[in-house]
Amino acid sequence: MSELALTLPRRNPRAFLLLAAIGWLLLYQALLPAAKALVRVLPVDPASHLGGALEFFLYDTPKVLLLLTAIVFVMGMVNSYFTPERTRALLAGRTEGVANVMAASLGIVTPFCSCSAVPLFIGFVQAGVPLGVTFSFLISAPMVNEVALTLLFAMFGWKVALLYMGLGLSVAIVAGWIIGRLKMEAYLEDWVRDMPRVHATADDTPLALAERVDAGFASVREIVGKVWPYILVGIAIGAGIHGWVPEDFMASFMGRQAWWSVPLAVLIGVPMYSNAAGVIPIVQALLAKGAALGTVLAFMMSVIALSLPEMVILRKVLKLRLIATFVGVVASGILLVGYVFNAVL
Amino acid sequence: MDIKVLGTGCANCKATIALIDQIAKTRGVSITLEKVEELRDIMGYGVMSTPGVVIDGKVVHAGGVPSRDKIQQWLAGAA
Repeated sequence: MSELALTLPRRNPRAFLLLAAIGWLLLYQALLPAAKALVRVLPVDPASHLGGALEFFLYDTPKVLLLLTAIVFVMGMVNSYFTPERTRALLAGRTEGVANVMAASLGIVTPFCSCSAVPLFIGFVQAGVPLGVTFSFLISAPMVNEVALTLLFAMFGWKVALLYMGLGLSVAIVAGWIIGRLKMEAYLEDWVRDMPRVHATADDTPLALAERVDAGFASVREIVGKVWPYILVGIAIGAGIHGWVPEDFMASFMGRQAWWSVPLAVLIGVPMYSNAAGVIPIVQALLAKGAALGTVLAFMMSVIALSLPEMVILRKVLKLRLIATFVGVVASGILLVGYVFNAVL
Repeated sequence: MDIKVLGTGCANCKATIALIDQIAKTRGVSITLEKVEELRDIMGYGVMSTPGVVIDGKVVHAGGVPSRDKIQQWLAGAA
């Protein structure tokens, strides 16, 4: 039996995907009743603070992990269609404008690891992808990704997730476009400009479905395996706050009325380095204590999109002026997002 | 067999080196394992996503830690 389960994804990927989807749905449906039943067995009053917090934790933890596993798995399969090489071939030689939109959107589905940012950057420029378009990709890829969106969706609802995606894409598109208009090609390091131009080609050997399923498993192992502790901490904070900490604790200095809170959040967020999952506990805590949503999202974006270690690596390929422009333009974009958000909501 | 791992020193690159080293040792294949960390050299191989793996001058893998199966295939090819 267990041998069948192990070899099914390889032998019959379609059947495996169908069975997995059904199993996942059943499990997901069973979570809330299971959490309630579990709390009832425990020697706590379900109506008390502690009971409420426990139920929240016992329900939300598996819910978020299940959602994340499913989405990371599907995205792992989708990613296998969008290799960096293919994305580059799609973008090479295009004029700016539409290409900025394409680059930012492709940033969501192209697999990306922050340690690959620089090789990717050079590879794009080398193949004739315009500088501004390359930046649109480089801004969107780490900031708007499936982990950030899934976690926002699972913990704060689809509206927050969608807003984050829309605003993240807008920042990437507009910031890339502006950098392109500034014509800063001269501020690439000389050795990058002098590299021989390459013709962008994508290796088009189609993968079998079983291999894409393998890719899905691999990204679940890699991503979910890495981020689950952060999620646990995030939900524990959420559960802990459930009713104990005064709701408006943060409101006085991170609420909507404090105009300086958005720039402060960005200023603190920029040098910090973390992935999407790492900031979620902080986001959870800030929101629960009454910080304004725009301020918190601006903080999250600046932590993920800009970081000091990334600048140090980028310095090897960009001259200081271009890095300063990049940080300035992106930070202003995020600032604007924070203000608009706080004003609209 | 000459294996180079391309990468700017991130966690995945270190994991790749460790994994190749470990599999080569258990299978008793003798290899020279070298890491290439200089960006200019990495780009010289035309690799865009790291870690990349180069065997005897040929890029065989790019982007992410290679699977155990894949490494075993490379090493089997040498023996």
